[in-house]
Amino acid sequence: MVRIFGFLVGLVFVSVAAWSLGWGVYTFLSEPREENVVHQFHQEPRDLHLASDGPFGKYDRQQVQRGFQVYKEVCSSCHSLSLVAFRNLQELGYSEAEVKAIADRYQIQVPDVDPKTGEATGRKAIPADHFPSPYPNEVAARQANNNALPPDLSLITKAREGGGAYVYSLLTGYRDPATYRNEKGKPLPADQRPGPTSHFNPWFANLNIGMPPPLRTEGQVSYADGTKPTVDQMAKDVAAFLTWTAEPRLENRHRAGLASLIFLIFATILAYLAYQNVWHGGASRRVRATGPLDPENMAKKDAANSEAGMLG
Amino acid sequence: MSFSWAEPYEPKHPLMRWIDQRLPLPRLVYGAVGGGYPVPRNLNMWWNFGVLAGLALTIQIVTGIVLAMHYVPQGDHAFQSVEHIMRDVNQGWFLRYAHANGASFFFIVTYIHIFRGLYFGSYKAPRELVWMLGLVILLLMMATAFMGYVLPWGQMSFWGAKVITGLFGAIPLVGEPIQQWLLGGYAPDQATLNRFFSLHYLLPFVIAGVVILHIWALHIPGSSNPTGVEVKSAQDTVPFHPYYTTKDGWFAALCITLFALVTFYAPNYLGHADNYIPANPLSTPAHIVPEWYFWPFYAILRAFTVDFILPAKLWGVLAMFSAILIHFFLSWLDPSPVRSGNYRPRFRQFFWILVADVFVLGFCGGRPAEEPYVMISQLATMYYFAHFLIILPILSKIERTEPLPNSITESVLHGEERESAPVHLGGISPAAAH
Amino acid sequence: MATVEQSDGTQAGAPEEGVRRRDFINIAAVAAAGVGGAAILFPLVNQMNPSADVLALASIEVDISAIKPGQAIKTTFRKQPLFIRHLTPAEIQAANAVDVGSLRDPQSLADRTKPGKSMWLVTMGVCTHLGCVPLGAGEGENRGPFGGYFCPCHGSAYDTAARIRKGPAPKNLEVPDYAFKSDTVLSIGEVA
Repeated sequence: MVRIFGFLVGLVFVSVAAWSLGWGVYTFLSEPREENVVHQFHQEPRDLHLASDGPFGKYDRQQVQRGFQVYKEVCSSCHSLSLVAFRNLQELGYSEAEVKAIADRYQIQVPDVDPKTGEATGRKAIPADHFPSPYPNEVAARQANNNALPPDLSLITKAREGGGAYVYSLLTGYRDPATYRNEKGKPLPADQRPGPTSHFNPWFANLNIGMPPPLRTEGQVSYADGTKPTVDQMAKDVAAFLTWTAEPRLENRHRAGLASLIFLIFATILAYLAYQNVWHGGASRRVRATGPLDPENMAKKDAANSEAGMLG
Repeated sequence: MSFSWAEPYEPKHPLMRWIDQRLPLPRLVYGAVGGGYPVPRNLNMWWNFGVLAGLALTIQIVTGIVLAMHYVPQGDHAFQSVEHIMRDVNQGWFLRYAHANGASFFFIVTYIHIFRGLYFGSYKAPRELVWMLGLVILLLMMATAFMGYVLPWGQMSFWGAKVITGLFGAIPLVGEPIQQWLLGGYAPDQATLNRFFSLHYLLPFVIAGVVILHIWALHIPGSSNPTGVEVKSAQDTVPFHPYYTTKDGWFAALCITLFALVTFYAPNYLGHADNYIPANPLSTPAHIVPEWYFWPFYAILRAFTVDFILPAKLWGVLAMFSAILIHFFLSWLDPSPVRSGNYRPRFRQFFWILVADVFVLGFCGGRPAEEPYVMISQLATMYYFAHFLIILPILSKIERTEPLPNSITESVLHGEERESAPVHLGGISPAAAH
Repeated sequence: MATVEQSDGTQAGAPEEGVRRRDFINIAAVAAAGVGGAAILFPLVNQMNPSADVLALASIEVDISAIKPGQAIKTTFRKQPLFIRHLTPAEIQAANAVDVGSLRDPQSLADRTKPGKSMWLVTMGVCTHLGCVPLGAGEGENRGPFGGYFCPCHGSAYDTAARIRKGPAPKNLEVPDYAFKSDTVLSIGEVA
């Protein structure tokens, strides 16, 4: 009964799926295939090697500090970093006094309420505060950026496929749409060219991004440690900084991971040996049956049984 | 429980005797997982996964409870509270990553556990209820995982909730009212988030209750074994403790090691980058996909692309739910008296095709809904339903099975099972054997 | 009956040694599981300790330049009320005139202020009886019979040095750890 009903249900699902498949094949064969232009021009992120890569990775504090400088002087005019607190900068090697100074001198005030009048006002940041947003709200942000919303950068390297490599590739990826050729030498079709408020960047998913190239010339930032601030260097450094903002506990995680794995491998080996003890009195001892129950005798018994017509 | 040679619980320590007289809990434990529960001596590694599923449930409940001490189930603050956990709460990053990857671990071990059941005929009489309770656990797990993924309120959280609750809208007549009832509104919002948090906290305890029923139902006939031949005498069994406590114990240690490897060194590999973007109801992600453990079902859902009397969307929903519901009838769809795939060569071949088919469905479910993945999903969906509803019923009528061993002991001595406890220790506790 | 032959692959010593080695491994395995269990307990318990953002507000700075003699301000420190009072010379004199030995919680004004800054009284605004917020810090609030602070809940009266004089409170208002970063800025709470 169940089998008959099940058979019918099965036939129904299989047929309807086949019907969909049939239609799909028909459409595939009869209609011209749309060329996916974006696909032809989109570039995968270029390689970026950061000190934090790999299971034993650690942040290169010098590089991350340089990246912070780039963020502060270039990116922070449009992009917030709301999940990071000033006090977190101490993890990068800044002293408590330096952190306090950074917070104090931060141009944007932290939103606050006037205790006397209740009006919205600002106050200077203290280390416990998070980085304030450059805009008071989304509407103001869009208004200042051709209706585009500059995303918060705290988690950007975890929120994009490719992570830090993507950020680096994007920042160094702006190209002239008129002269650009993809790997196959194809020029960019006219309908894919950027409009007046966007900019061509093949590393961006939709090819044309609202953000104008933020890193244009060498020396936009002058590094405190004297490193040459080429566009490539600045892009790498800010990518390293943003990798840290997204994953500040990376070093703790790697350390704890190493200790845990060493312990667990050791414990697994011990547990396996205990198992062997219980089952086989120690790994090297194997129990073999002899007498009437040993394999040879059993085989003879089986042969005799089957000859006598008894089922095994 | 049901074997006459099971060692009775005899507490020696006066404290244990005192407790036993008042509340026979130690007795219960002894009879369930201790020296008092005889288990076939020939269980192989595929029998380890039930315990691992229990371990995964425990990990999820423990990490979940401590995460709930810091999580804020409110639209404006949910995403931020999760980042607060990751950055400021002591070892919060570990708890969050353990919980997120713990869900994946739970599904991996459960799926292997299910495939073990399919291969060795664990769903057959007299264990039909064990199997059905297991399916109930799977459904509860899927609901729990789905709701849990909504809680961080990232882009995938929101849009995944939108898509899945939208499916209910496909039900004719009552669909939309049901959808609005589920959401508490017209789209996922505060009401949805709050109730998902409440239910996500509740359901794991319901799962724990059903797990107890699942184990209780199992312990009536006792565990099955790789031969599918029932236990006949004390020679066929060994006591659960210390044999299977050690066997499960070392394998669990290995699995925890692998779990730690992922949690500490690749914690975001199984996740999706888009969920690190705060939810935006006005901006749809390019490709909405659920977590990997839902991919086979997602592929089946999206395989139905053409209306046929019913709208395509409704077919997809019906097929997706049926993909699990047909398993409730498996014992009647496949009534072969031979349980184990070890003795059913044709069945075995189709089984491996099914495994490959599920992997193909899973792979396609994670891809965008484009060709050729849609066509492949359609073929794979056809096979999936054909396998359980057409092939298995026919197979059980016409297949030629291999001869079964007379008993478990016989199969062990024939060398069929390389993993087994030494025969001379069968049916009696190790202490008595020495 | 079946007979069973056991072959020993390794060069075992007396069976006694083998048993002891096996026991050792079994005990070691259980011990490892115990250590693992204890280790996992640490983060589960420690996560309830104050998180980094809470600890960041464990110390605050307050600008006292605007507080005139005879005035006090109320602010929060570690989510609890804090009173900072600029004592007048009359109030200082009244506080010093009291016989310290006669007090329920003997402390002189000098004990409760920084040397050379006895006009700055920094105390928690939490009554030491059952935790109400005493009156007296704000303009026009009842300062009680001793001219300091007065708790309306059960009538505890504090003097100009915020010491308990009358009523059920057992101790003087708590003076938190603080320091003068400059003449006009106080740093309250542990300075790391």
